[in-house]
Amino acid sequence: MQEEILISGFGGQGTLFAGQMLAYAAMDAGFHVTWIPSYGPEIRGGRSRCTVIISDQEIGSPLVRHPSAAIVMSIPSMEAFEPAVRPGGVLVVNASLIPMRSQRPDLRVLYVPALEMAMELGSTRVANMICLGALVQAMSILPLETIEQAMDRYLGEPHRQWLSLNKEALRRGASLAMQ
Amino acid sequence: MARELWEGNMAIAEAAVRAGLEAFFGYPITPQTEILEYLSRRLPELGRVFLQAESEVASINMVYGAACAGARVMTSSSSPGISLMQEGFSYIACSEVPAVVVNLMRGGPGLGNVAPSQGDYFQAVKMAGHGDFHPIVLAPGSIQEAIDLTILAFDLADRYRTLAMIVADGSLGQMMEPAEMPPMRPVRPPGERPPWALTGARGRLPNVITSLYLAEEDLEQVNLRLQAKLRRIAANEVRWKEYATDDAELLIVAFGTVGRICQTVVREARAKGLKAGLLRPVTLWPFPSTRIAELAARVRGMLVVEMNAGQMLEDVRLAVEARCPVRFYGRLGGMIPLPDEILPQLEAMDAEV
Repeated sequence: MQEEILISGFGGQGTLFAGQMLAYAAMDAGFHVTWIPSYGPEIRGGRSRCTVIISDQEIGSPLVRHPSAAIVMSIPSMEAFEPAVRPGGVLVVNASLIPMRSQRPDLRVLYVPALEMAMELGSTRVANMICLGALVQAMSILPLETIEQAMDRYLGEPHRQWLSLNKEALRRGASLAMQ
Repeated sequence: MARELWEGNMAIAEAAVRAGLEAFFGYPITPQTEILEYLSRRLPELGRVFLQAESEVASINMVYGAACAGARVMTSSSSPGISLMQEGFSYIACSEVPAVVVNLMRGGPGLGNVAPSQGDYFQAVKMAGHGDFHPIVLAPGSIQEAIDLTILAFDLADRYRTLAMIVADGSLGQMMEPAEMPPMRPVRPPGERPPWALTGARGRLPNVITSLYLAEEDLEQVNLRLQAKLRRIAANEVRWKEYATDDAELLIVAFGTVGRICQTVVREARAKGLKAGLLRPVTLWPFPSTRIAELAARVRGMLVVEMNAGQMLEDVRLAVEARCPVRFYGRLGGMIPLPDEILPQLEAMDAEV
């Protein structure tokens, strides 16, 4: 078993953080895991993405051209990575910012109004967790609880005030994917 | 010890702390500034020295000074910064003091970019500075190996009183992977400095550490001693990893990030019925030439893959001595070769050799 998940958006949308929570959860569940960000001269609002690989064997390449799943949080990410997802894979689209529909009938596509759902919870900052919840539910790689436990364990002290909000966002995203 | 998710840069920094690092001197440069950021907090917290110098030239000379005083010392930088340090590397090698240097290579030449590269292979292995010397060069392929090799770098530097260099690239520095950190070693107490160290000559004759030998006869003797030491290192410290080489007909040779990428290539090739294997040099100097020569006698061909224009390729060819065909695939400018472009190279070689 190997799954490669690409999470892409603007800097500030929490793509790297969402990927890290997924990586922590996979590690705690006993999998091999790599988390690798795109890096470079960064600017706020610039492109930001990470690739998480979860495997039951030692991971060779930490990068893939065709991931088995992707979360796209912005239009440029949609344009760049919708074509890249492997046939049969999962694509989570942040429908709040991405008006277009996927051209890929061979994917399971989830349109998540992540910003509106996050606003209902009181903060647009958890849109990333809503998308992650939808992805985890759709892929059934890890039980949702493992991500919640990862947040419990690894969320840094300054961010702990957001713990229950993040968990709720995760669950909302997951229930959307269940529908 | 529990496995934790470590980012490469921080893993190297913490491993150095656990190895008993007493002092770090450095100057920030992407993609390894996180090493400095981490140590700028961590070392003072432990009552040890972190100093951001005014330049890379200053950093390496501070490293040289601390090493002469017998301290466990390190610096880190990335390609252009390493070039600036080369005079100091040569002084350290000739003076025979232990020091550890980390180079997270970036796209070059020139100011280049901050993307992953292996373009400094020649610089590290062949010409780390002027004169006849080689540092010990270690090339990790995972975060766990980065930790283990950082510890090893300090031990080898101490054992042989030489420069040990860790070379990786920004992708390893920025990546996170579960790894186990070894327990903290105690810092060497000031009373247990090595006998050659400059610790103040109270009650003994002064030690002299220098790289200046004006008499030709003297400098030749120094060089002969250094060469004898390099032969000892070459005989004892060669390290490499092999994957699926037992029945391999085609062998990939790749190091660092590309080495681990080629593990995936070997898996995919095997799934297609191609008997591929991988040799990943862990020490780039000394180079696993003997083992490569052995394998050259029984494989149909070798494919060297690097993020440069073919640097380690030359060492592979020297080891192979035309016993089998050696092909090359490389990407430049910070581009990372992925399995789906390497596998066709292997298949093409399979058809031709």
